[in-house]
Amino acid sequence: MTHTLTVLVENTPGVLARVAGLFSRRGFNIDSLAVGRSEDPGISRMTIVVEGDDRILEQVTKQLHKLIDVIKITDVTRDEFVDRELVMIKVNTESSTRAEIMQLVDIFRARIVDVGPKSLTIEVTGYESKINAFENSLRPFGIMEMVRTGKVAMLRGFKSTTINDNQKKED
Amino acid sequence: MRLSGAEILIKSLEAEKVDTIFGYPGGQVLPIYDALYDADIRHILCRHEQGAAHAADGYARATGRPGVCLATSGPGATNLVTGIANAYMDSVPLVAITGQVPQNLLGRDSFQEADITGITLPITKHSYLVRDLSELAGVVKEAFYIATTGRPGPVLIDIPKDVSASVDEYEAPGEINLPGYKPVLEADPRQVMEAAKAIAESERPVIYAGGGVVISGAHEELLRLAELLAAPVATTLMGLGGFPGDHPLSLGMLGMHGTKYANFAVCECDLLIAVGARFDDRVTGKLETFAPGAKVIHIDIDPAEIGKNVQVDIPIVGDVKRVLKQLMDIIQPRLGEAWREKIQTWKKEYPVNFCDTGKLKPQAVIRDIYRLTGGNARITTDVGQHQMWTAQYYTFTKPRSFISSGGLGTMGFGMPAAIGVQVGCPDDTVFNIAGDGSIQMNIQELCTAVNYELPINVAIMDNGYLGMVRQWQELFYKRRYSQTELLNPDFVKLAEAYGAEGIRVTKRSEVAPALEQAIRSSKPVMLDFMVEREENVMPMVPPGESLNNMLG
Repeated sequence: MTHTLTVLVENTPGVLARVAGLFSRRGFNIDSLAVGRSEDPGISRMTIVVEGDDRILEQVTKQLHKLIDVIKITDVTRDEFVDRELVMIKVNTESSTRAEIMQLVDIFRARIVDVGPKSLTIEVTGYESKINAFENSLRPFGIMEMVRTGKVAMLRGFKSTTINDNQKKED
Repeated sequence: MRLSGAEILIKSLEAEKVDTIFGYPGGQVLPIYDALYDADIRHILCRHEQGAAHAADGYARATGRPGVCLATSGPGATNLVTGIANAYMDSVPLVAITGQVPQNLLGRDSFQEADITGITLPITKHSYLVRDLSELAGVVKEAFYIATTGRPGPVLIDIPKDVSASVDEYEAPGEINLPGYKPVLEADPRQVMEAAKAIAESERPVIYAGGGVVISGAHEELLRLAELLAAPVATTLMGLGGFPGDHPLSLGMLGMHGTKYANFAVCECDLLIAVGARFDDRVTGKLETFAPGAKVIHIDIDPAEIGKNVQVDIPIVGDVKRVLKQLMDIIQPRLGEAWREKIQTWKKEYPVNFCDTGKLKPQAVIRDIYRLTGGNARITTDVGQHQMWTAQYYTFTKPRSFISSGGLGTMGFGMPAAIGVQVGCPDDTVFNIAGDGSIQMNIQELCTAVNYELPINVAIMDNGYLGMVRQWQELFYKRRYSQTELLNPDFVKLAEAYGAEGIRVTKRSEVAPALEQAIRSSKPVMLDFMVEREENVMPMVPPGESLNNMLG
């Protein structure tokens, strides 16, 4: 089963290496990892997608917690959540195929961000299956290059994965 | 007050009550060594950085206070790596300080540059590369706090030369604020209640005690718990001394080279109470058949240890000492006559013993060391047969008296560790029980012992083999002794060359006089015991077998 973890970490140099290194040396697989500044500039929020049963997930969580720089881990998959990924795809374009591709862009609510004489660069966001479907539909035209940010996720509703949220629970 | 980075470092170490540093100078730590020149901290100059790391480790294990080692950048730092990994595996509070090239040279493959924070990432509890002088005092304070609290472990501080050399206004560090680090010390009372219930329902409990008992200082609580429950106690290698080995409820060590009665007891118990232990493969043997009929209570300060190797019925996260107190507040004493009798029968039937032919047997030598030190010495070991014989034949009764590389199994640990132990406990008799292979891995430290007049005793169980590997080759590789026979130097002459005393022992009758002479001597003494060459460590659970499936 796939789990999406939201991990709050101190924004220190080397924190990404600590987290990534832990996964590889303990034999855990990362499907995707996205990291950036959170609402607090001193704290980064990582979204880590891992594959594994409950036992593996428990070990991943406990081992992550042992890192001094890791402040909080939430498995958002245990709750209602939304996740998104941003993808850019550069696709081969002939004058004969341009219209068809643009139609696909419309259908998938993607956006064209750059136009070249023989290529289109398209940006699409969404959940994984939508992005996969879009990728598959572009494949026949010839995908020259693709880049994915990795998943980011957030709990639905008023709930959040901030540190304060944790304190409320402890109170 | 304007101070240099090096002076701030010394001031910060003094604030942590550091009295001794084990180290080795070099280019990028010159400013630090310059500041040390005037400091009240004692510096022990080891002959190799690995020796410094192990000495600091031995000091920490014997005294319970954090050990500190110091090395220069590049090769100095990488030479610490084995020592840091060793401390990490055995949860030893160690603060390793390394010099680093100045920041304008960082990342350029400069002379003696090594990314030591990167290299040690998987073997440190935490690490710092100090980028700015203003961080230094706070980093040192945090490093000691992290190294010594929760599950202890090594912390590395890498200090570029421009940071240690620059001068700035000194400000005392503020309160430690680590939102991501809050060790749980007090156990959840509901879990303790569950454990008490399981204990009340059990007929054949066994306590499986690990190094956590020693680290937490819970030996008295463990003794009371065992007596209250009339529960036998098997210890791991790291747990030796955490429970008196001469107590009627002691089962000695369990696992691969454990006693038969400890392993039988674990196989037949209906409740296993794991206290500060981590279900290492050398302890459990084949996991599927480890304590097959038992409910498992696991008490540990590190939540990640619980459920890592075996399924646990009642997990309890907390400091062992506190948890045992909590538990004893609510449990009832039990008698458990039948179980106790069964254990006594096993103990009589399968005693720890060796075939005493009157020749010079290593087991006999170790028994004599026990006898002649009254069991009051601090013993360090290297790794191999002699280490297992020490665990089996020296009856450890006090915590912090057995100092050995458990998790990492580092040959060459014993002598530098003995130096650290002797520095930390100057009034105690210290023995390093070593093998002729292991001793040569850090033999240069004999010079350190001579230099600082540390009267350590090194007892080499000299069989001219890498004995444990030879034993495995004998048992599992058709006696094909591939690269295990050793040509050794003359250890007596070598000792004398270093300025220590050397004594060779070839006969049983010479053992006691030689040991007495060594104990009396105020110099370091190296004893070369020419023991039976192909003696094996028995009993033995072959790798991957069940605990009740023992050879010997």
